[in-house]
Amino acid sequence: MSEPIEEVQDAPVQRLERGDAFLDVRDLKVHFPTDDGVVKSVDGISFQLERGKTLGIVGESGSGKSVTSLSIMGLHPPGVANISGQIFLDGQDLVTSTREEVRLLRGKRMAMIFQDPLSAMHPFYTVGTQIVEAYRVHNDVSKQVAKKHAIEMLDRVGIPQPDKRVDAYPHQFSGGMRQRAMIAMALSCDPDLLIADEPTTALDVTVQAQILDLIRDLQREFNSAVIIITHDLGVVAELADDIQVMYAGRAVEYSTAEDIFDRPQHPYTWGLLGSMPRIDRERTERLIPIKGTPPSLINVPKGCAFNPRCNYAHLNGGASETDRPELLDTGNGHLVACHLSPQERQKAWETDIKPKL
Amino acid sequence: MTTTDAEETPVVPKIGEELLSVDGLVKHFPIRKGLLQRQVGAVQAVDGLTFNVTRGETLSLVGESGCGKTTTGRLLTRLLEPTAGKIVFEGRDISHLSEGRMRPLRRDVQMIFQDPYGSLNPRHTVGKIVGAPFRLQNVKTEHGVKRAVQELLELVGLSPEHYNRYPHEFSGGQRQRIGIARTLALRPKLIVADEPVSALDVSIQAQVVNLLEDLQEEFDLTYVMIAHDLSVVRHVSDRVAVMYLGKIVELADRVSLYEKPMHPYTVALLSAVPVPDTKRKAKQERIRLQGDVPSPINPPPACRFHTRCWKAQEICKTTEPPLIELKPGHQTACHFPENVDAPAAKAEPAS
Amino acid sequence: MFAYLVRRVIGAVLLLFIVTAVTFAIFFLVPRLGGATADDLAGRYVGKSAGQEQIHNTAVRLGFTDPLYVQYGRFVKGLVVGQEYNYGTGTEHCPAPCFGYSFLTQQPVWPDLVSRIPVTASLAGGAAFIWLITGVGTGIISALRRGSVLDRSLMSVALAGVSLPIFFTGLLSLSIFSYSLGWTQQGGVNPLDETNPLWWAYDLILPWVTLAFLYAAAYARLTRAGMLETMNEDFVRTARAKGLTERTVVLRHGLRSALTPILTIFGLDLGLLMGGAILTETTFSLPGIGQYAVIALRANDLPKVLGVTLVAAFFIVLANLVVDLLYAVVDPRVRIS
Ligand SMILES: Nc1ncnc2c1ncn2[C@@H]1O[C@H](COP(=O)(O)OP(=O)(O)OP(=O)(O)O)[C@@H](O)[C@H]1O
Ligand SMILES: Nc1ncnc2c1ncn2[C@@H]1O[C@H](COP(=O)(O)OP(=O)(O)O)[C@@H](O)[C@H]1O
Ligand code: SF4
Ligand code: SF4
Ligand SMILES: [Mg+2]
Ligand SMILES: [Mg+2]
Repeated sequence: MSEPIEEVQDAPVQRLERGDAFLDVRDLKVHFPTDDGVVKSVDGISFQLERGKTLGIVGESGSGKSVTSLSIMGLHPPGVANISGQIFLDGQDLVTSTREEVRLLRGKRMAMIFQDPLSAMHPFYTVGTQIVEAYRVHNDVSKQVAKKHAIEMLDRVGIPQPDKRVDAYPHQFSGGMRQRAMIAMALSCDPDLLIADEPTTALDVTVQAQILDLIRDLQREFNSAVIIITHDLGVVAELADDIQVMYAGRAVEYSTAEDIFDRPQHPYTWGLLGSMPRIDRERTERLIPIKGTPPSLINVPKGCAFNPRCNYAHLNGGASETDRPELLDTGNGHLVACHLSPQERQKAWETDIKPKL
Repeated sequence: MTTTDAEETPVVPKIGEELLSVDGLVKHFPIRKGLLQRQVGAVQAVDGLTFNVTRGETLSLVGESGCGKTTTGRLLTRLLEPTAGKIVFEGRDISHLSEGRMRPLRRDVQMIFQDPYGSLNPRHTVGKIVGAPFRLQNVKTEHGVKRAVQELLELVGLSPEHYNRYPHEFSGGQRQRIGIARTLALRPKLIVADEPVSALDVSIQAQVVNLLEDLQEEFDLTYVMIAHDLSVVRHVSDRVAVMYLGKIVELADRVSLYEKPMHPYTVALLSAVPVPDTKRKAKQERIRLQGDVPSPINPPPACRFHTRCWKAQEICKTTEPPLIELKPGHQTACHFPENVDAPAAKAEPAS
Repeated sequence: MFAYLVRRVIGAVLLLFIVTAVTFAIFFLVPRLGGATADDLAGRYVGKSAGQEQIHNTAVRLGFTDPLYVQYGRFVKGLVVGQEYNYGTGTEHCPAPCFGYSFLTQQPVWPDLVSRIPVTASLAGGAAFIWLITGVGTGIISALRRGSVLDRSLMSVALAGVSLPIFFTGLLSLSIFSYSLGWTQQGGVNPLDETNPLWWAYDLILPWVTLAFLYAAAYARLTRAGMLETMNEDFVRTARAKGLTERTVVLRHGLRSALTPILTIFGLDLGLLMGGAILTETTFSLPGIGQYAVIALRANDLPKVLGVTLVAAFFIVLANLVVDLLYAVVDPRVRIS
C-alpha cells in the first residue's frame, strides 16, 4: 500500500489488455428498458478468469450478480436486455456471436447451477432423463450410452445407488440430492466454465458444506473455471481464489480472496464484514450495520452509488457525490472504486474498522 | 433456576423468573393414505421437548430444515394444539386452551414470521396492519390508534408518514420492521420470532438484529428465536437449544455451547459453518456429515442421529440417550459426548 | 396409485347417484311441493278428454300415488336393472337403463336418446379436434411472439371469438356459405356409416368450425397465459442452459407443463358438449342430444328432460374421472407421492 501513485494509474489497463484469459469480460453492461425507466442491472464490469481458478462474486440481492451470469450464458431473452461490452470465452466474443453459436456452447463449454434445485428441474421428467437430454444435445450417442453416462455422473456427485436413483423424479430427492443431480447435469458434458449462482442458499449448513466440498473436488478433477455467485461471504471464502464485490450493478472491489478478507479497502466491503456476526471471532456486543437500503437501479445515486450509505463520503470534498469513482489498482492488483485517499483509507481501516471485526 | 437477588436488581425485579415452561411437548401430524384415508403414520415434527424460558432472556432454537423449529414456535404461541405434553405460561397451563380462552393471552405472546413478504396483507395500509391488534383486542389507546401506530413505527425505525402506505412499497427489511411493529403493539411479554432475519440481506439483517436487541432492553422482552444461521444465533442468544428431528439434542448457555459443544451433531453443525476467512480453508479440521437429515415420518430408532454420527456405537441404535445435565446449565443427549473434561460426568441416567 | 384410481371411480359413482337423486327431486318432488297432485302428473300421460277416473287409474298404475322414496327406488332400479311397465292392457319390459316413457310419444326415452348420441359425438369430437389444434397452436405462437403485431392481431380475433355468441357466428356463416354461396348444406347430417365419410364431414364442417371458433378462442387465450407463465419457470431456464434448441425448450419443457391445466378444462368442455351442444345443434338443425333437450323442454316432457339431464351428468362425471386419471399419468407428483 506504499506504492507510488503514478504506477497505480496504468495497472488496470495492463490487466485488461491481457486478452489471453480463458474468460475475459470487458466493460459488460446489461440494461433493461422498463416502463419506469432503464434498469441498469449491470453497469460496466470487467474480470478475467483462468481454467482451474475460481472467481467469487458477492453482493446483496439486486446488485446484478445473476444478471451478469445469465449474460455470460446468453440466457437473457432476445429483445429484453440491452447488452454491451465484450465477453470472450476462449477468445470467442459471446456478445457478438449469433444465438445459435452461443447455444452450441451452452451446456458443452459453459454450464450453470441454479439456486433452487427443485424449481430448476422439470417436475415431469426423471432425473436421468434430464441428464441424458443434456448429454445428448452435444454428444451423438444412443440413449443407452447416455443413460450409462448419467448413472456415472450421479455416482460421481455422490448419489447412493445411482443405477436406481437415475429413474427417480426430482420431487423424490432431498434438497441436497437435487443439487447434486443439478451438478451432475451441469458437468455431464465436461464444461470448461461452470457458473454456480447461489448454489447452496436453499440448503442446510451441513448439506451446504457437502456441496461446497463437492464443487471444490470436481473443479480440481475437471480443471474447469468456476464462478461462484453468492451473498454469503463465508461461502466465497471457502471456494474463491479471486473475489469481486458488487454494489448497484458495478464492481466496487476486486482482488484475491486473501486481500478481500484480510485487507479490504472499500467502505462497502467493510460494511459487509462489519454487519455479519462471526462465529470464528470473539462475540461483539453490537453488529455494525450499513445504514439505509440499497438503491433502486433505475435511480442510482449520482457520483459513488454507495455515497448515501457511506460513513466516509464527507472526506472527499464532494467528489463522492458528483464523480463516479473508477475501479483502480491500489497496489498488487487490488482494485478499488473509491475516492478515499490512500492515507484516509489506511487510517479508517486501522482505527475504525479492523479493531471491530 | 436462579433466584433473584432483590437488592441487586431492583429495576427489573422479574428477570430470572420462569416465564414459560414446556414439558414433554409432542406434535404429530397424521398421514392418511389408501381407500379409506386411514391414518398410516405421522410426521413426528416435534417429539418430546422439555425446556423453560426465563423472563428477559433470549432462547434460540437451531437446527436443520424440517427439524421442528417452526412447529415448536407455533405450539408455543398456540397456533397449533399439541398432541401431548404441557405448555405453562406464567403459571397457567395453556396446552389445550380453546381459541376463545386463548385470545386474552395473545396479547402477551406474539409471533414474528419468517417471510416479510407473505405475512403482511398487501391490500391493507401499514397503519391498518400495525393497528390491527388494537382493534382485535379492543385496546383503548391514550391518543387514538393512529398516534399509537405512528409511535410504534418510529420505534422500529420507520417514519410516521409511512402510515398510509402499502407493504409493496417497502423493502424486505422495512417490511420486517412493520411486522415487528405489529407484534409490539400490545406490549407482549414473549415474542416467538421465526427466522426474523433469514430473508434479509446481510447489511439489513444487522439493522434488524440490533433493533430486536434494543427493543428487548427497552421493554423487557423475552425472545424465543428460531434460526438456522449459527452465527446470528450466537450473536443474539443467551441460551441455545439444538434440535435434530423433533428432539432437543443439546441445550446450553451460549458460551458453553459454542466453546465446548458436547453433542456430536452440534460439533458437526458448528464446523460446517463457512467463515469469511481464507486461512481456515487450509486447516482441514472439519467434520463432514454424510447424507441428509432422515425423514421425520420414520426417524431412526434410539438416538436419531446415529445414521450420520461418526461416533455411533451399537448402544446408540438400541437405547435412546436421555437429555441430561452433564455440566451445570449444559444438557446433552448423547452416550458419547464430546468435550467432557471430567470423566465423572457420566451422570446417573435414572434421574 | 391403485387406491387413488379406485377412490376416484367410487367417487364418480357416488356423484352420479347424488345427481339422480337431485334430478329426481327437481322433477318429481318440487312439483309436489308446488301443490301438484299425483293425478296432475298422470294427466300428462292420458289424452285431454280423459275423465277423472281414468286419470286416477293411470296415476295408480304408474305408481305416482306411492310414497316418493318408493318412486325413487323404482326409478333407480329402472336405471340399473330395468323395469316392468303396466299399461293397463298388459305389461311391457323397459330394459336397463330405463328412463321411463315419454309423455308425448309413449315411447321409451332411452333408445331415442341413444340414437342421438352419434350426432352429438360427431359434432363435439370434430370440433374439439379443430379447436385443440388451432387454439393451442395460436396460443403458443402468441406467447412466443408476445407483444408483436401478430400476437396482438391473434388475440383480438380470440377476444372476438369468446365474446360472439354461437347463434350469431352460426347464422352468419350459414348465410354466407350456405344460403349465398351454396357451398354447404343448410342443416342435418349424413350418418357416419358405409356411405362416404366425406359426406359426413362435409355436412358437419360448418357447425364444427363455428363451435370450434368459440372454444379455440378461449383455448388460445388460456394457452398463451399458461405458456407465458411456464416459459418464465426456472426449469425452462435450465433447459436453455443445457443448450437445447429453442424448439425442444418450448415443446418438451414449456408446453408440457402449460398443457396440464388445459387438459382439465378440455375434459370438462368435452364432457359438457357431449351432453348436447344446444345452440349449435339448434342453429344447424342437427338431430343431437341438445336438440332433443330443447324439444323435450318445449313440450314439458318430463321423462325426456330427466333422461337428457342424467346423460349429460354422466358424460361430465366421466370426463372428470378421465381427466383425474390422465393427470396422474402426466404428472408424476400425483402418481408417486
Ligand atoms: N401441517 C403439517 N402437516 C404435516 N406435516 C407438517 C405440517 N407442518 C409441518 N410439518 C412437518 O413437520 C416437520 C417440522 O416442520 P417445521 O416447519 O417445524 O420445520 P422447521 O424446523 O421450522 O424447518 P425450516 O428450517 O425449513 O423452517 C417437517 O417435516 C414438516 O414437513
Ligand atoms: N428482465 C428484467 N427486467 C428488468 N429488470 C431486471 C430483469 N432481470 C433483472 N432485473 C433487475 O436487475 C437487478 C439485478 O438483478 P440480479 O442480477 O438478479 O440480482 P442478484 O445480484 O440478486 O442476483 C435487479 O434490480 C433486478 O430487479
Ligand atoms: S467514493 Fe466516497 S461514498 Fe463511495 S465508497 Fe468511497 S468514500 Fe464512500
Ligand atoms: S448417542 Fe451415539 S449416535 Fe447419538 S450422538 Fe451420541 S454418539 Fe452419536
Ligand atoms: Mg440472484
Ligand atoms: Mg421453519
